[in-house]
Amino acid sequence: MKRVYVNEDWCLGCHLCEYNCAFANSGARDMVSALKGKAIHPRIRVEGEGDITYAVSCRHCKDPLCIRGCISGALHKENGTVCIDRDKCVGCLTCVLLCPYGAVLPGPDGAAMKCELCLKNSCGEPACAAGCPNRAIVYEEREEAK
Amino acid sequence: MKRYVIVGGSIAGVSCAEGIRSRDGEGEITLVTAEPVSNYGRPLISYYLEGKTDLRRMSWRGEDFYERNRVNIRHATAAEKLDAAEKQLTLSTGEKLSYDEICLCTGSHPFSPRFEGLETVEHRFFFTTLADALALEETVTKESRVLIVGAGFIGLKCAEGLKDRAGSVTVCDLAAHAMNANLDGDASAILEKHLISNGLRLMLGNTVTRFEGQTAHMQSGETVDFDVLVIAIGVRPETAIFAEAGGDVGRGIKVNERQETSLPSVYAAGDCTESLDVSAGEPGVLAVLPNASMQGFCAGVNMAGGGETFDKGIKLNSIGFFGLHIMSAGTYTEPVYEEVTDTGCKKLFAKDGVLTGFILVGDVSRAGIYTALIRNRTPLDTLDFETLKREPSLLPFGRAYRAEKLGGAV
Repeated sequence: MKRVYVNEDWCLGCHLCEYNCAFANSGARDMVSALKGKAIHPRIRVEGEGDITYAVSCRHCKDPLCIRGCISGALHKENGTVCIDRDKCVGCLTCVLLCPYGAVLPGPDGAAMKCELCLKNSCGEPACAAGCPNRAIVYEEREEAK
Repeated sequence: MKRYVIVGGSIAGVSCAEGIRSRDGEGEITLVTAEPVSNYGRPLISYYLEGKTDLRRMSWRGEDFYERNRVNIRHATAAEKLDAAEKQLTLSTGEKLSYDEICLCTGSHPFSPRFEGLETVEHRFFFTTLADALALEETVTKESRVLIVGAGFIGLKCAEGLKDRAGSVTVCDLAAHAMNANLDGDASAILEKHLISNGLRLMLGNTVTRFEGQTAHMQSGETVDFDVLVIAIGVRPETAIFAEAGGDVGRGIKVNERQETSLPSVYAAGDCTESLDVSAGEPGVLAVLPNASMQGFCAGVNMAGGGETFDKGIKLNSIGFFGLHIMSAGTYTEPVYEEVTDTGCKKLFAKDGVLTGFILVGDVSRAGIYTALIRNRTPLDTLDFETLKREPSLLPFGRAYRAEKLGGAV
């Protein structure tokens, strides 16, 4: 399946992916009304220190611990993509406790939130990759783990 | 065609069916459960009382799970006798089910010490099943004074769930601190303050010595008048049919890393089992939902001829009370990091060069990075632990690790 891949050598640390993610998932029509003056809640986060920066978002693991441990069954797979039914989520954050990459995040409304590859929002393909100015984030097919 | 029988319709049982179906689309699966409903996360029952979920949304793998996976589901049917030599399970209906492979996912049952006068209490409940939650919903009114005995996970989640439904909620526990089994004094103190500020009455280091109708006589000499009593002292693995069949039982049904028991073709998974706690280096009852799911799936795969192992078991818990998040994991060995404020705390524990446990109150973000270190027994000298102690991130793992995880499929 196509996934989001990150190459930290090319990451500029510009945080554009975070803004594009927050906008894509905001439901708003334009970026200014979606983001200006607001606390943003992106599902991808740029981490790092000094010269090292890289973006982290859901890896859509082959055998995701978050899905196994979800107490409500809100987390599930749809054609390989790990999705969350935020209406089922009760906000216990067991997924946050289990994700080895820190890629499932507490959302502003209490329910957990995570990258769903923009398949469910108006963007249609990952906004982080589409807007990355240096191709440090790409969305493509690569060889799968065994 | 193989015949599979699963006893228990909670998370381990449902995950076992998933595990079987991941390898065997043909075999016949029968799942028997004493409950009238199944396939729901037990920890949801407090959220149900709180109004954060409802019966429809509580379905763990969806209402069509059994149909989709071609599982013969037998609700309200108890398993009464296991004959491992004959490979036969006798049900409460008198029927005998023959199997090739069976998995016991019998869970646990609430435990209550003998309180003098308990039989004089009219409205008394446990809090482990949906039926318990529905009965409490029916009984508790805005005028009810609720007394909960036990300030562990179950008692406190019940208290939170009932808070806005009841007139008052009092929680008592013999232990001096809330969630004594999972937290230390610092973490408990933050939690207790938060619970009290949200309207709960706590009576810690104090428990009921006897009941007299609607009055509880406390160890301290005080009395508590109540209308509804919830006993939430703890649970014990349900091992009866396995023990009667001659199986090897410790604190729970003993299983190996393939979820096999001492009896041939008998597997077990979930809260009824005792298995290796890798953070403690010894067996324990790792009765939490994520383990039940992982163990159940593992058992199912192996029942269908696969080679799955569950060998990273630890105790772990994520829970919130009135907006305060608390996570705990593993075994509290030697403290290696500590941060305590009025509203949150963080403690890390390590031994023999690996992280063995942590407690987080308040800021719980990215806690899974710590959990993975414990489960994988990652040698701490292979990463920058000083940086990682302060904040969980992938930075301390180094470039090669990140390239593999973020640049590859995992």
